[in-house]
Amino acid sequence: MKLCITAKGESPDAQVEERFGRAPFFIFHDTEQDTYTAEANTFADAAGGVGPRSAQVLIDHGATVLVTGQLGGNARRVLEGAGIEVYQAAAGSTVREAMAAYRENKLNRIL
Amino acid sequence: MKLVVASGKGGTGKSTFSANFALSISRCRDVVLVDCDVEEPNLHLFFSGDMRESDVTVQVPVFDMERCDLCGKCGEFCRYGAIAVLPEKIMFFHDLCHACGGCRIVCPNEAISETERVIGKVWDAPVDEHLRLISGVLNEGEPNGIPVIMAAKEAAEGNDLIIYDSSPGTACPVIETIEGSDYAVLVTESTPFGLHDLKLAAEVVQKLGVPAGVVINRSDGKDDETEAFCREAGLEIHMKIPFDREIARLQSRGDLFSVAMPEWQERFVELYEDICTRTGGAP
Amino acid sequence: MKRIAVISGKGGTGKTIITGALATLAKGDLVFADCDVDAANLELLFEPEIETTEPYRGLQVADIDQDLCIQCGNCEEYCRFGAIRYTDDRFFVDPVKCEGCAVCTLVCPTNATSMKDRESGKIFYSRTDRGPLAHARLEPGSGTTGLLVSEVKKRVNERAGDRDLLIADGPPGIGCPLIATVTGMDAVLIVTEPSTSGLHDLKRVVKVARNFGVDIFVAINKYNLEESVAARIEEYCEDEGIPVVGRIPFDPTVIEAIRSRKPVTEYDCPAADALRAMWERIASALGRE
Repeated sequence: MKLCITAKGESPDAQVEERFGRAPFFIFHDTEQDTYTAEANTFADAAGGVGPRSAQVLIDHGATVLVTGQLGGNARRVLEGAGIEVYQAAAGSTVREAMAAYRENKLNRIL
Repeated sequence: MKLVVASGKGGTGKSTFSANFALSISRCRDVVLVDCDVEEPNLHLFFSGDMRESDVTVQVPVFDMERCDLCGKCGEFCRYGAIAVLPEKIMFFHDLCHACGGCRIVCPNEAISETERVIGKVWDAPVDEHLRLISGVLNEGEPNGIPVIMAAKEAAEGNDLIIYDSSPGTACPVIETIEGSDYAVLVTESTPFGLHDLKLAAEVVQKLGVPAGVVINRSDGKDDETEAFCREAGLEIHMKIPFDREIARLQSRGDLFSVAMPEWQERFVELYEDICTRTGGAP
Repeated sequence: MKRIAVISGKGGTGKTIITGALATLAKGDLVFADCDVDAANLELLFEPEIETTEPYRGLQVADIDQDLCIQCGNCEEYCRFGAIRYTDDRFFVDPVKCEGCAVCTLVCPTNATSMKDRESGKIFYSRTDRGPLAHARLEPGSGTTGLLVSEVKKRVNERAGDRDLLIADGPPGIGCPLIATVTGMDAVLIVTEPSTSGLHDLKRVVKVARNFGVDIFVAINKYNLEESVAARIEEYCEDEGIPVVGRIPFDPTVIEAIRSRKPVTEYDCPAADALRAMWERIASALGRE
């Protein structure tokens, strides 16, 4: 299974970014391989429509779960349409911590 | 002749000026007043009259899912993020769409056609025999008012004297409004904010090559800094409207002060004649 | 951190002055964003010391390579924004009208059109007595104001750190820049004035703000200039369930304060008293000290 976490930096020890569409990095976590791959979000500075375009990136990567802070309305609709589950990470936690919390079912599901 | 009333800063009394100015001139000739402040149109609040309403529309895509194979080219092309291609369907965000028509061109399967979507209205109201008010009104929640401004200006075309009332600021809607005008009246107020924004407005009209003059509204007599700037920039100060509680009160109620204080009508007509002399237009 | 935007619908209702007052009244560590990038005025109040200046690149703009252009006219025909014109025997792009959609690059048979970056303004990050300020200057006549607002907010969010309160001075209107300002805020304070147009614009901006699920507060500036309209505004707010947190009287001291570049709250005057009372109501509603 592939998860995506929005992050302020490229490393799994970076803090979770609370904004989805304008997150600097998407970190994809492959649960079978236990690998983390960071991808810079090219839409972080884009003019508009960043929510749907970022959601498209997740779809194209085949992620089925997203861990982030907050979602805009347009991103929500795309993620919902694609059947991606969304969980809210605790403020200030790192990507690794958020992953652990997800595995222990401690995250609040927001979509 | 086309005149535009503009101001860098909001709330300097641009609409107040436009309404009184247009009404005063209409006593001696035909005038079409166009409210181009489509985000917050206010001129209709000053005038009564039956209006004819027409819709302003833009072209947006419709997806034929029989033909669409979800190749994703449209979503990839769209620079505004208005199209998301999901594993089983397409999602379209009309509020992000700029109606450029690109998705239809890139679609290899001819699965995209277009339909009209209403984003605003144009109200066309004859106020009296000599004054006509055309207002562009952007629907709430729509981000882009440019097509509404274009439609309102288009509706006024073909008349001898047109006055455009611009939105505040210096961005695209203001440029769209000022373009094609023969003369700009910049309405300011005598505060540091007013002056700061007057400088921006002066820069815009200069960039667009439109000659301009200044009206100082709500003047409390302490206009030295504004006067110094205008001298330096070669902008004529056409008129000062003093801060006056009676004017403020009439204004707040949606009344026009030049009606209650008819001596102002003559002053507005003189201002118009002055502009005609400067632009070489016939009054 | 709490985030509040001061907005107005109608321009010139006193938004910036009220933002300035909030800045002096709020306790704790603050950070500011001047989101009225068309006509940024907050800097006149704070005398900021600019620390960094960055170029702002808005949407890309189309460009035609005259050497490759065969003058087929496709670009002009397909451009829906009237941004391509034919003058002096050649096609050229009017950068003011270009919305950066790139349709012209699709329809050009010789690849003569391409999209180029453009500098449309500057983004500043400054230090003020009351905390960091992100602000910007848009090249007059440039589009994509909404994006520049998002950029200003991004700068502020990056450096907000553990600060307690973000105060944004918003643009007038209800279009793209306003929407970009309100996005991600916890609350908006709508500054209105007792005039028919003030009330009309208040209703329009409330409709837009409702889409964002933010707390909405209203302040009536110069409320005593026309009390009958002020009463109508109060009635409307009550019907809508929006708290009127401030009733600021018309007070010549306010203009005196602006001219002296001082916050009005440093004066002992009726407007300053009203602003203090307003801030107490907002602070308790936001759950702050």
